[in-house]
Amino acid sequence: MATEAVETAIHAAPTPSEYIVHHLTHFNTLGEKQSVIVDWNVFNLDTIFYSILLGVIGCLLLWNAARKATSGVPGRFQAAVEVLVEMVADQAKGLIHSPDSRKLVAPLALTVFVWIFLMNAMDFLPLDVIPGIWAHIYGNLGHDEHHAFMRVVPTADLNGTLGLSIGVLLVCLFYNIKIKGIGGWAHELVCAPFGTSKNPIFALVLGVINLAMQLIEFLAKTVSHGMRLFGNMFAGELLFMLIALMGAAWTGWNATSILLWGGQVLAGSVWAIFHILIVLLQAFIFMMLTLVYIGQAHESH
Amino acid sequence: MEHVLGLVALACGLIIGLGAIGACIGIGLMGGKYLEAAARQPELMNTLQTKMFLLAGLIDAAFLIGVGIAMLFAFASPFVLH
Repeated sequence: MATEAVETAIHAAPTPSEYIVHHLTHFNTLGEKQSVIVDWNVFNLDTIFYSILLGVIGCLLLWNAARKATSGVPGRFQAAVEVLVEMVADQAKGLIHSPDSRKLVAPLALTVFVWIFLMNAMDFLPLDVIPGIWAHIYGNLGHDEHHAFMRVVPTADLNGTLGLSIGVLLVCLFYNIKIKGIGGWAHELVCAPFGTSKNPIFALVLGVINLAMQLIEFLAKTVSHGMRLFGNMFAGELLFMLIALMGAAWTGWNATSILLWGGQVLAGSVWAIFHILIVLLQAFIFMMLTLVYIGQAHESH
Repeated sequence: MEHVLGLVALACGLIIGLGAIGACIGIGLMGGKYLEAAARQPELMNTLQTKMFLLAGLIDAAFLIGVGIAMLFAFASPFVLH
C-alpha cells in the first residue's frame, strides 16, 4: 500500500531524467528496461512492428506508382518516383559494373533508401503522440499505464540498424561467392591485400595476416555502416526529447514557463528543419555505402 | 555513487568535445577543397556537391556515434546500479 502511494507520487511528477529514461525504454518482451547490454532473449517489439509496417507502406507506395504509370504525360507522383528511381539507377550504374547484378542490386538500393527514409521520418512525429495513445490503450487493457513504453523510430534502435547492415553484409558475401567462386574468394581472402610468396612459411604467415585484415575489414564496414545510422537517429531523437522536456516543464502562467515554452517552439522548429536534411542524408549515405560495398564484392585484386 | 556520476559527466563532455574537434576540422577542410574545385571548374559543381554530402556524412559518423554513446551514458547510464 505504501509502495503504491510512493509509485503514484513518483509518476505524478517525473523528474527530467525519469521522463527521458521513460521515453528511451523500448516496448520489449521483458516489459522493462534491458539491464544487460547484450541479451539474446529480448525482442524489441516496437522496432519489429514499425519496421515491418513502414516496409509494407513503402512497397505499397512504389507498387502503386508502377501500376498507375503511363508513358504519356506523367502526373506529379509518377514524376517524383521517376526522379527517385533515376537517381538510384545512376548511382548503381556508376558503382556496380555488372548489368546482371544490377538487376537485383539497383532495386535493393531503392528499397533500402525508401525504407530507411520512411523509418527515419517517424522521428518527425511529436514525441508524445504515439507513446501517449499507446499508454491509453495499455491502460485500457488493464495494465499499469506508467509501464507503457514505446519507441517509434526503428532506426534509432541499434538492433534495427545493425540488422540492416548485416543484411547488406550477407548480400556482399553472396556476390563474393557468386562472382569469384568459392575457390576464387578463398584465394582472395588469404592473398589480398599483402600478396603471397613462393616460400611456404612466408605464404602461411602472409595468409594469416591477410585473412585477419579481410575479416577485420568486413567487421569494421558492417559495424560502422549500422552504427552511423544509429548514432545520427538516436542523437536526433534524444535532442527532440530534450526539447520536449522544455515544454513539459510547465508550472503555470509564470515567466519561466512561458519562456521555456517559447524556447521549445523555436528550438523544436529549427531542429526539425535541420533534421529533415539529416534524415534524407543518412538514408542516401546508407544506400550509397550499400552500393559501394556490393561493388567492392565485384572487384578482384 | 556521486563519484561515478561525476566521472560519467566528465566522460560525456570529453567524448562530445574531442569528437567535435575532429569532425569540424574534417568538414572544414573538405568544404574548402570543394569550394576551390567549384571555383576552378564550375561545371563540376553539381556532381561534386553530391559527393560532398556523402563525404560529410562519413566524416560525421564517428562523432555522431560518440554523441549517441555519450547521451546513453548521460541518461541511461550502464554504470549506475539501480
